[in-house]
Formats: sequence, structure tokens, C-alpha cells
Amino acid sequence: MQRLRSAPPRYFLGVIALLFFIGLPTVVTSFQSSEWTQVLIFAIVIMGLNILVGYSGQISLGHGALMAVGAYTSAILIHRYQVDYLITIPIAGLLTGVVGFALGIPALRLSALYLALATFALAVVAPSLIKRPVQLTGGVQGILLTPPDPPQFAKDAFGAVTGGQEMTSDQWLYYVSLVLALLLFWLAWNLVRHRPGRAMRAIRDREVAAASSGINVAAYKTMAFGISAFYAGIGGALYGLSIGFVSPDTFPLALSFQLLVGAVIGGLASIAGPLVGGIFTFWLPIVSSQFVASQPWIPTGIAAAFKNAGPQVSYGALLIAIMIFAPNGVVGLVTAGYGRLQARLRGAGDRGSGQMPSDPQTV
Amino acid sequence: MAKMGPRLGVLAAFLVTLAACGGSNTPAAQSDVGITSNSILLGNTIAQSGPARAYGTIANAENAYFTYVNNTKGGVNGRMIKFKILDDAYTPANAVTLTKQLVEQDQVFAMFSGLGTQTQTSVRDYLNTQKVPQLFVATGATTFMADYSSHNWTIGWQPPYQGEARIYAKDILANHASAKIGVLYQNDDYGQDYLKGLTDGLGSSASQIVDKESYDVTAAVPTLAAQLSKLKASGADTLFLFTTPAFTIGSLAIVTKIGWAPLIYLNSVSNPQVYMGLAQKSGAALGNVTSVGYIKDPTDPQWASDDGMKLYKTVIANCTTCNVMDGFNIYGVAVAYTMVDILTQAGSVMTRKNVMDIAAKGLNETNPFLLPGVKVKTTPSDHFPITQEQVIHWSGTGWTLQGSLIDERGTIK
Amino acid sequence: MLVGSLAPAADAANFAADLGGETLVQELIQQVVSGIASGGIFASLALALVLIYNAMGLVNFAQGEMAMFATFIAYTLISHGVNYFIAFPLTLGLAFVGGVLIERAVIRPVERAPVLTLVIVTLGLATLINGAAGFLFGYTPNYFSSPFSAHTVNIFGAFASYQDLSVIVVSAIVLVAIYLLLQRTTLGLTLRAAAHHPEASRLLGVRVSWMLALGWGLASAVGAVSGIMVAPILLLEPNMMQTIIIYAFAAAVLGGIDSPLGAVVGGLIVGVTVNLVGAYVVGGDLELAVALAIIVGVLVIKPNGLFGRAAARNV
Repeated sequence: MQRLRSAPPRYFLGVIALLFFIGLPTVVTSFQSSEWTQVLIFAIVIMGLNILVGYSGQISLGHGALMAVGAYTSAILIHRYQVDYLITIPIAGLLTGVVGFALGIPALRLSALYLALATFALAVVAPSLIKRPVQLTGGVQGILLTPPDPPQFAKDAFGAVTGGQEMTSDQWLYYVSLVLALLLFWLAWNLVRHRPGRAMRAIRDREVAAASSGINVAAYKTMAFGISAFYAGIGGALYGLSIGFVSPDTFPLALSFQLLVGAVIGGLASIAGPLVGGIFTFWLPIVSSQFVASQPWIPTGIAAAFKNAGPQVSYGALLIAIMIFAPNGVVGLVTAGYGRLQARLRGAGDRGSGQMPSDPQTV
Repeated sequence: MAKMGPRLGVLAAFLVTLAACGGSNTPAAQSDVGITSNSILLGNTIAQSGPARAYGTIANAENAYFTYVNNTKGGVNGRMIKFKILDDAYTPANAVTLTKQLVEQDQVFAMFSGLGTQTQTSVRDYLNTQKVPQLFVATGATTFMADYSSHNWTIGWQPPYQGEARIYAKDILANHASAKIGVLYQNDDYGQDYLKGLTDGLGSSASQIVDKESYDVTAAVPTLAAQLSKLKASGADTLFLFTTPAFTIGSLAIVTKIGWAPLIYLNSVSNPQVYMGLAQKSGAALGNVTSVGYIKDPTDPQWASDDGMKLYKTVIANCTTCNVMDGFNIYGVAVAYTMVDILTQAGSVMTRKNVMDIAAKGLNETNPFLLPGVKVKTTPSDHFPITQEQVIHWSGTGWTLQGSLIDERGTIK
Repeated sequence: MLVGSLAPAADAANFAADLGGETLVQELIQQVVSGIASGGIFASLALALVLIYNAMGLVNFAQGEMAMFATFIAYTLISHGVNYFIAFPLTLGLAFVGGVLIERAVIRPVERAPVLTLVIVTLGLATLINGAAGFLFGYTPNYFSSPFSAHTVNIFGAFASYQDLSVIVVSAIVLVAIYLLLQRTTLGLTLRAAAHHPEASRLLGVRVSWMLALGWGLASAVGAVSGIMVAPILLLEPNMMQTIIIYAFAAAVLGGIDSPLGAVVGGLIVGVTVNLVGAYVVGGDLELAVALAIIVGVLVIKPNGLFGRAAARNV
């Protein structure tokens, strides 16, 4: 009882979030489930990106390209070799992880800025590289994937809970993504709580000091790249399956940029941040391009101007504002706000709650 | 467990709210999804942001025509056309999500004029499975017209790229039989489709293609000098530009700059006079340039007093952000005309199946915005709406029509 | 397939005979000359990147967009009847002011933030400026007239246009100006000191923050020069600089990210390499990948590039 009462609120929030996500497809349409599948996919990739950027302090503007590696691995295995789609997901993750690890080696030599530049260039070039090996990737035509049929046990369970509704492919993929997201979040949580996490944070904050205290900096940094790529690969495979199509232009520079932005806005070096980041990454473009235009109280002239100028200008302005006023992202804001609230409620001198503020990112 | 109660209550409230906002609106009794007694809802995804955003004006032009029809004729058979346009930024992932939204949430009657080969390919299977018409896709990729047998809820509109290239091949065989051909093509479905059409159309003379060079859409225009110099050095005396407008203009200028004066064929997407003007200002000689056209060019003075052109200008005034001189806009108005045409033909049988059948098998239309003589036509055995184009030649100040319309109907399997 | 098997035959014919009156040597010279011409374009934007780096130790991802926006301003002035030779310096002045304002408004609040924050801010700025340009000026390409003609000049049997040459000449002038400023004036010294040793400079009474603003203003003006010079060749539209920014990065990195001379030399090398490798080795569709290879190769093998100076690592 005592433990439950003094457990940090974040655990309760976690339970609520879990219930929300488990129950979601039973109350919303199949299409809306597919939207939230993409939120979960982005959350997975951003979680991986977070390990790289937030915990080990290396910037990547190229995670869209890593997603492409995962997506194409899965698609090629399904399409050309008739491998079962569920098996292709971990394979895609592992292969992308190896690629990421390999990328991490030259990355060791690059400072933060140069790494940003190099990964930026990689993201720009990725589509043209994908188009080249036409026999393998289908070139510009891409690879079409048939939506997987939910297995019988899932259909039965879903039908039982919803009173007879038939589970669609989209809803099944939602649950696949959810299970993977939970697994991967749990994995990341363990990683950062234990030695690897501490080592990475030490490297991030003071690399030379970390090295001189015996941490194998190179190993941890490349491992961070590899793990981060593993997450991106799994996310990419799921992405391809949920869209039903992979093509070079499915992974433009904009995607890499949105992922990094999502990570930062969600809140780096936190576990909840990537989920917020995923929500943000998926919903912001839709909200900014559709929401404003559909509000009747905004005069048509302004709405039209916003629609034409709109998504880019507001996206850029929002980003800058968030970086200036809330560089620790939403989670940072919430935690700071909560901390201040608590301090006020309990009086200044009380350190009883023992809650550590989330790490400020110092990349 | 004092704290759990309120929290569960919050959760419950949250879920209920979501469910209330979530679920789709069950349509009232109507002839099909997206049709009410006084409206028809059409959906569209197009690039309105990102690098391809110049195409976005097409949807606005289409909407301008629908507005015109709504205002002057009270809609189609008493139903106003509502057109919901969403921005997919030319990315398949967005196209899929937004198309699903339009179909499952907004409950559109049909998808109209979706733009982009990759984007429309990504939603084609879904729309066909859902039996939602994918009408008049805004791309000339041959597959959308040729694959009707496997995707009978999909139909294109504009002449297929392969058909256009075959016309060029015919022109070569007829008028320049000993040409040595060099090709610069964009390395995507667009460029590759054109190249296939040219090669197929030349048949045994395809050996006259002495060099072909490609470039990626991310290329910086000045770097095309590399490919063009190589083409020049290959001894080609005829150059095909299967390129999008910015690259066509740049290539024309570079060709003149490196001291080359081949016979040039450029494709219909790049031939609006505005672009030719830009090329001239950039230093292109434009000595011997051929293309084909099927649609009237708003910047061409020969159509100044043409009824169709006047109608276009009236219509386009409904769109405040549309540039009347932009060839994309007359394209939009023309294809919207066809859309209204099939809705009118459907009469009181406003079902998806009926409208799809008319579009794919029963079109026989004279379109005021297309060149005289071009018919928009489909039959039960032929699902290429427009297959006629006319060779045009650059005269120094404008395009002059050559010969008569060439029809590629039936040549592409 | 029929066409695929012809390539070797065509190449053989190339080497063997004088097809169309052009030999391989002539072709190569043309490739090099064209490469130098496009290299000049890359160099002009790279100079702006180098200047920002000197002022702030940061690569400005929004440099291309700022240059494009300034070019639109010049275009607007010229279309309203302002003479080119008045609009040019006027635009530079406006660009300078704009750069300072951007620094004050957007960069100053995050001056001491980590690199990641700054990278995102400049990327957000790029998005915003691009969207604003599209909204204000539209997306149809415009012709930007230049006092230099598009007529060609014959160089060893290869061709370049007067516009191409003007880009290179103007870049060289800007290079000299920047070099003199940074290396030979107190202001330049102060600027560099503020960038590399902000704390020490503050102690010496330097207003570091304003040095940064000055750096941004200058870089913006140099970017405007680049934009105005290359717009006649590239066609003015909001996405104009996006195709060349990666090449400009490659040029700056190859030359040494803090060296203006390196930017120009790097630009020319990148231009020629991309042309040759693209035409004869990897194929034209992978030209941008060549730039990527240059960036990654230089950063991994010799991060200081050709002329850059090594920076000490802070412990």
C-alpha cells in the first residue's frame, strides 16, 4: 500500500497509457487504428533514435534511410523469397542493426556537427541509391505488399471483446506493432537503467573523462548506433507492412528530419518522450494541413493563406519556438512543471519525493 | 487505492470521448457512399507541399471547374460537387493514410485525379479491394491504363507516356530515318516509361539509339552538362529529352552552350510555351525542336479567341491562387470536365459501379480544352481515354501543329 | 535486351573513330570545363557556409534558403524597375540586415545550447524560409536576368558561358574580400576569436553576441551574392538552392570548413569530380551520391579538409 502511494505518478500514467493503447482498436474505426499504428511505429524508431541521440550523444539525420533498409529487407524477403512476414520483422531489425553498427564505426571520428552533416547527406542520397539495384528493390516501381490476414486466434479474441466485429488487417497490424513497441520500450528501459545506459550518459556528458575512467567509448558508441538502427529496422519493416508498399520516395529526407524533431520534441533521454514524439510526428502534418482549413471561425482568406503557406511555415516556426522555450521537449516541460508544482505543494525544503529531473540533453 | 478510482474514471471518460469522436457517420439512405440527395463527395490526394508542390495547383484548378459547374448549373443533376483535397507531399506513406481517411472516414464517393505514379500505385490495390473508383489518375504511367484487367476500379486520363514516345518513334521513322539518337531521361517511372515507348516504337531501328544517359530528380541542373556532353560525344544528331520541366529548360540551354545543335524532341509535360520562353532566355537556341501536344496551351495566341480557351479563363477565375498561364491548370480544368461528364451521364444511377463503368467503358467525349479532334474515349475493350496527340514544331515564337492527329490507340498491350 | 547490348558497341565506336567530329580528349576537356563551371556555383554558396562556420562553429542548414530568399528580393526589386547594379548592393544590404535580425531573434536565445538544438533550429529556419518564399513568391520558375550573357566562350575547344565565368570571377572576388576581412582586419580577428574562444573574448571586453550577429549578417550577404549570380543559370524558384546545398557542403568540407580558399578550391574539385565520376564511372543518376562519398570520405580520412585548421578538443 505504502509503495503504491509513493510510487511516482509516471507509473500510473504508464498504466493508463497501456490500457488506452490496448483498448483503442475496439472502440475506434479500423482506419483510425491504422493511424495509431503509425504513431507506434514512429515511437519505436524514435526510441531507437533517442538511444543514439539522447543517451549516447550522437546526432543522426539519417534514420529515415535506416528505416528504408528495414522496410526493404522485409519487403524483399516477403516478395521474392516468400518468407512469412512476421519472421521478416526481426530479420529486418537485425540486418539494419548490423548496417547501423557498421555506420557507427566511421561515425566515431566525426564530431557532432559533422555527423549531422554526413547523416543528412545520407538521407538525401538514399532514394537515388535505392533506385539503382532495380532487380532487387524494384527500383522506382517499388514493391507492393499484400495486407496480412489476422490469424484465427486473434480474430476470435477480437470478436469476443467487441461483440462480433471482424478484425481487419489494419487492426491486426496495430496489435503486432503494439506488442513490439512494448517489448522494445521495455528493452530500452532496461538498457538505460543499467550499466550500458550509465556508460552512454557518461560518454555523452564528458567523453574524455569517461574514457579515462575505463569506459570503452568506441564500443558503446558503435553499439548505440547498432541498437538504434535495430529499432529503426523494425520500425521500417512495420512501416512497409502497414502502408502495403515500399518505394524510394517513401523515405525522403523529410522523414529523417521529422523523426529527429519528434525525438527532441518528445524529450530526449526519457522513455516516455518517444511516445510523445511519435504522436507529434504523425499528427502534426495532418493537423496543420487539415485542421486549420476546416475551422469555420477562421476567415477564409486567412485559412487559405495558411493552407498555402501554412504547413511549412508553421512547422518551422513551431520547431524554433520549441527549441528556444522548451529544449527538453514535452516530457522535460511536464517534468519540470510537475516538479515545480510539487515543490510548491510541499514547501520548499522537502526533498521527500526523491524524483530526479530528467537528464538535460547535452549533445 | 484511493488514487486509482479517479484515474480509472479519467481513463473511462477519455475512451468514451474518443469513441464518440471516432466512429464514422452512418450515411443516411442514399444510392451509394458519398452521395446525398444534393451532393457528391469526391476525394483527392496531391502534392501541395514538398519538392513536387508545383503540381498542387492542378487540384485547385479542378476545384475551380467544380465551383463553376455548381454555380452555373446547380451542380450535376441537382447535386453539388464537393471536392476534398488532401496534401500527401508526393509520399506514398501519406497517400495511403490520407486515401484511407477519405474512403473510411470522410466516406467519399470516388477518388479523383490522384497525382503521382508511386503514390497512386501505393493506393491502387486498396481502392480496388474496397471497390472505390480511382478515377482519372494524374499520371501518364502506362500501367494505370494498361492494367485494367487486373485493376478494374482504376482508370487513367492523359495519354500514356509510352504512347507519346511511340509517336516520336513514328516521326523518326517517317522523317529522320537515319537519325543517330541520344536520350536523356529521368531515372524514374516517368523517364523509364518514355524510354520504353521509344524503344518499342522504333522496333528494329532501336539500334539507332547510340547512347542514353539518366539523371536523378535530386540532380543540380548544371551537372547535367556531364550527361549532355557525353551524349554529344557519342555522335548522336538527335536528342530526346524525357525530362521534367526544370531539367528540360536547363538541358536546352546546356545543349546550346556546349556547341551542339541536334534535332531535339522534348515531351509534352515540358512543352508549355512559358517553359520554352524561359529556355530561350537562358540561352537555348531552340533551332529544331519537336514535341507533341493534346491540350490547348493558354499562352498560345492561336487559341486567344477560341471558345474553349475563353471558357477556361472564366472557370479559372474561381481559383484565386491559380496562374491562368500555367499549363497544369488547363489540364486540371480539362480532366474535371470529363469527371463532370461521367457524373452527368450516370444520371439517377449514382452508384460507384455505374460511374466506374461509364469511365472505363462508356466515355465518348469532345473536350473543349483539348486540341480539336481529340476524343476522350473508352470502350469495353480499350481503356485508354486519350490516345491522340499531334506533332508540334517550334517556330521560334510558338508551336505550330504539324500534320494531323496521330492515334496510338490499340498499340499498347 | 536490344538496347542494353548496344552500349559496348557504341563505346567502341567512340574510341575508334572520330564520330561527329569529337574525340575523347575533347569530350574530357568539355567535362572538366563544365565541371569547373558548376563548381563555381557550389563554391559561391560554400563561401557563405564557411563564413558562418568562422563566426560560430556551426554549419547553417538554412544558408541556401536564406540565399534564395534574398535572390527573390533582388528579383522583386528588378521587376519593379530598379536597375540591376543598384538592386544588387541594395539586396546585399537587406540580406545583411536580415541575417543580423535572424541571429538576434532565433539564434541568440540558443547561442549556448548544444549542437543538436542549433542543428534543429537551423533546419526549422530552412523549412520556414522555404515555405515563406513559396507563399510570397509562388512556385513557378522565373528567369533572373543577368548583365552577363549566356553566350559561350571557347576554352581549348570546350565551351562555357559568360555567366559561368562571372560566377567564378565573382566568387574569387568574394573569397579575397572574406580572406582580407578575416585575416587582415581587427574586426575579422575579433570575429574569429569570439567564435573559437568565447569566454576568453568576453573577458577581453568583446561583445561576443554581437560578433555572432555580424557573422550571420555577412554570411547572409555572401549567400545573397551566390544566389544572384547563380539564379540566371538555375532558374529562380523556392527550391532553387536545395539541389546544390549538398554539393556546397561537400565543397566546404573538402576545402576545410573554416577556409574560404578551401571553399572555392573544394567547389571546383567537387564540380569536376561529380561530372567525371557521374559520366564515366557510376552513371548520371548517382551524381549526388558522389557528393555524399566526398563528404564522408573527407570527414573520416582528413576532417580538416585541404586547407582547414585543426581545432583542439576541449576536455
